[in-house]
Amino acid sequence: MNEQGRPTAPVTAVTEDAANTFTGNRALQMEEPLIFETGRYDVTGVDLPQEAGRAERATGSKKEAASAEGATGKKTRLGKHARTAPIDLPGLTEPEAMRHYVRLSQKNYAIDSGLYPLGSCTMKHNPRLNEKMARLPGFADIHPLQPVATVTGATELITELGRWLLEMTGMRSVAMSPKAGAHGELCGMMAIKAALTARGDKRSTVLVPESAHGTNPATAALLGYSVVDVPAREDGTVDPAAVRERLSPDVAAIMLTNPNTCGLFERDVVAIADAVHEAGALFYADGANFNAIVGKVKPGDLGVDAMHINLHKTFSTPHGGGGPGAGPVVFSDMLAPYAPVPFVRIAGEGAEFVGTRAEAGEGAAPFGRMTAFHGQMGMFVRAMAYMFSHGADGMRQASDDAVLNANYVRAGLRDLMSQPFGDRVCMHEVLFDDHFLDDTGVTTLDFAKAMIDEGYHPMTMYFPLVVHGAMLIEPTESESKASLDLFIATLRDLVMRAKKGEAERFRQAPQLAPRRRLDETRAARQPKLKWEKPAPWSEAAE
Amino acid sequence: MRYLPHTEADREAMLARIGVPAIDALFADIPADKRLDGLLDLPATRSEMEVEAALGRMAGKNTPAGSVPFFVGAGAYRHHVPASVDHLIQRSEFLTSYTPYQPEVSQGTLQYLFEFQTQVANLTGMEVANASMYDGSTGTAEAVLMAHRVTKRRKAVLSGGLHPQYRAVVETVSEMAEDAVVALPPDPTGTEAILDAIDDETSCVVVQSPSFYGELIDLAPIAEKAHAVGALLVAVFTEVVSLGAIEPPGAQGADIVVGEGQSIGNPLTFGGPYVGLFATRQKFLRQMPGRLCGETVDAEGRRGFVLTLSTREQHIRRDKATSNICTNSGLCCLAFTIHMTLLGETGLRRLAASNHASAVALADSLSEVPGVSVLNDSFFNEFTIRVPGDAAEVIDALAQNGILGGVPVSRLEHDRPDLADLIVVATTETNTDADRAAFVAGLKEVLS
Repeated sequence: MNEQGRPTAPVTAVTEDAANTFTGNRALQMEEPLIFETGRYDVTGVDLPQEAGRAERATGSKKEAASAEGATGKKTRLGKHARTAPIDLPGLTEPEAMRHYVRLSQKNYAIDSGLYPLGSCTMKHNPRLNEKMARLPGFADIHPLQPVATVTGATELITELGRWLLEMTGMRSVAMSPKAGAHGELCGMMAIKAALTARGDKRSTVLVPESAHGTNPATAALLGYSVVDVPAREDGTVDPAAVRERLSPDVAAIMLTNPNTCGLFERDVVAIADAVHEAGALFYADGANFNAIVGKVKPGDLGVDAMHINLHKTFSTPHGGGGPGAGPVVFSDMLAPYAPVPFVRIAGEGAEFVGTRAEAGEGAAPFGRMTAFHGQMGMFVRAMAYMFSHGADGMRQASDDAVLNANYVRAGLRDLMSQPFGDRVCMHEVLFDDHFLDDTGVTTLDFAKAMIDEGYHPMTMYFPLVVHGAMLIEPTESESKASLDLFIATLRDLVMRAKKGEAERFRQAPQLAPRRRLDETRAARQPKLKWEKPAPWSEAAE
Repeated sequence: MRYLPHTEADREAMLARIGVPAIDALFADIPADKRLDGLLDLPATRSEMEVEAALGRMAGKNTPAGSVPFFVGAGAYRHHVPASVDHLIQRSEFLTSYTPYQPEVSQGTLQYLFEFQTQVANLTGMEVANASMYDGSTGTAEAVLMAHRVTKRRKAVLSGGLHPQYRAVVETVSEMAEDAVVALPPDPTGTEAILDAIDDETSCVVVQSPSFYGELIDLAPIAEKAHAVGALLVAVFTEVVSLGAIEPPGAQGADIVVGEGQSIGNPLTFGGPYVGLFATRQKFLRQMPGRLCGETVDAEGRRGFVLTLSTREQHIRRDKATSNICTNSGLCCLAFTIHMTLLGETGLRRLAASNHASAVALADSLSEVPGVSVLNDSFFNEFTIRVPGDAAEVIDALAQNGILGGVPVSRLEHDRPDLADLIVVATTETNTDADRAAFVAGLKEVLS
């Protein structure tokens, strides 16, 4: 007790139903209703200056919106198109909105809160300098169609970013506009199709290893290709012999991820590329895992013809809860002429920005356009800031550390968890299967959910599909040794608990997160995809 | 390197634990003759101050929209975004989280996606909306592909009022997928005979309203004709604020509504990242591309949200998926939904009315400039003017006088000399009386 009689030491006994609160809140974990349940239709958190807002006096309210009288006292020019019925959009004032979204944010795991070992997703630190740079008015407040003379700094940045990407990959040109990795894949495969069409070569199949991301076969199918699977050999990599067996004059391309989704470098990549090229086909590389090899090897030297680069993985632009990404695509000499506008290409000692088909000049045949405007400029600025910060030496060190960290995790767990392809060196991510959980009654899903209660985001689970109960761990270079030591110790403890027969604890997990396991079957069987107004009580009573 | 936590001692200790002599041993699978011995031919690491200086120099060469009277639109619009929006989207838990694959620790993202989907469905007057697309143009291409799946036909008819770059994106995807496209000629006044272009091979007709040129299009007769022959109406918009003032496409019979959401919550940023809005009828739900968030309950019966209907998606269906897309536009979608929540119905209607009032005032003033005519009968916050002479030269001359006065149509329609005297002009709540007066005076001066 202090002098005011205030207790200064906690009572140790805890009441049994502490979690059973009146509000449903659990201290810092707040329950938060939907805006449609708390917002009001006559409330707004945005105001306008008197000058701009004057029209509201004439047409602001629902009734008056239908009025034909406009701001200046003249007729509006909406004709018969004016919206009269309610839109049903509730509003919140600023303090209410701040609280709503801050409370929502507190239900999310994030890189900034802890280790986020999602294999293949590359959850590395997102530097805040990048955010600051992207918000400079000279980048954030410029329009894609304002006169080109007023945006020379923007094209300079795109050109510089393109030049860095081309130097890192050893390629000839880079299409800048694809909006995400899958969009980049589509762009790369379109260039391949355009090049084959240009030489009058109609081919109908694409080879895709079984371990590939699902986007690869989906992309090939979108372009009308049928997909032929290539199985992995015993060691988790692609066998050039298996590729050769499937090659024919009908094969347009192979789509190969390297390092692959098992976390292994395709050591026979050059032989595979040679075989593909001999058959008149092209080599698309999925660059999702480029972060392992930046500054270590250039994909162009391995025979790659096209490769997308996820700026949101390798170059640290934030994942933002599922986007926006950015997926520029680099092209070899063979495919460079087909790059869609806008693109950057090697010119003399440097690089040049090509914004239109006319600027591309003779000898170039851009296959079209992937998107309106120039691509993800905001992501370009962030990636450029990352590259400038790291430099050639820092990027190489980042690759080294990413691979070092994954192998350190492997070394810390190899005696307790099972590796599908034996105990061998991995790249930036380490893959385990669920063999080590045999007879424990614990599944990969249970194991992953138990990690949540320990304060970790689960690793990628059940992917790649070629491994049973896969657990793919990518720590990234952002984790310190101390952080990895605790992570390893935690997983070791979980494995021991599973082996000791604590299956029920795993099946119940997570117990401490904002939500327990969710009923996904119900969500899919009775889809409820938006908020509906509750029925009036008279109808509900029936 | 300020972002890399290891000391050399850490690295030594870790290599020892792994059991290899040096880091190179971990890269042994890379063919030795391909491995880089030295560093890439790029500059070395730089301090935070140096990076700020280098990028600041580039940014300084550009003319920000906010620094001049600014009337550029044509698919991207400068609006005022409340400060709280940008603050909230930079919350670590939103900014540095992944796609919500683990719903127990992603309810924040999932709940705002559910709210976003509801807002988009209500705005467009449709039954269901997805969790967003990359942007309006790619969303339009996805809408065409979806219509092909629904109708089992492969010919899209594109209105001449569709944004030329949206048209180019649809044409590119269609050519590559070997689908047919009939693109009607540019139509500044909304008077094309689009009904005649719809036949019983048509999968969908794609119509933008307000059109690229600003004209408001009556969608109902087009929907009627499309439905009569078993085709779908894909309604496109590039200015989502217009939905605060004009009849939504859903009320006019549209089957798929797709558009650009940048105006709400998102800065111009030279064209991206933006946020595509995508909505449709309940009956087409299973052919819809992109992420969907749905309501469910957890093991304790509490309401919660999950990504759902993923059997449409590539990670399950691989080559049978409805689309190869595996992300949405996360943070841009969050910015949209926060800004829309701050606006609410009252604020959105007020914002739309203000935009329209500015456009009416500007159109009236511009039409009084000698030689200038306004082409559109009905419009929202954007319209097309005809000027005597070459529009691109007029815009460049205005720019030299510190006025960014619109987009010359020739910038996007390269081989159409008949359109070389047209300028698409946009105005928003950010323009003041002084801005409009400067534009009118500047145009008079340039044309004199």
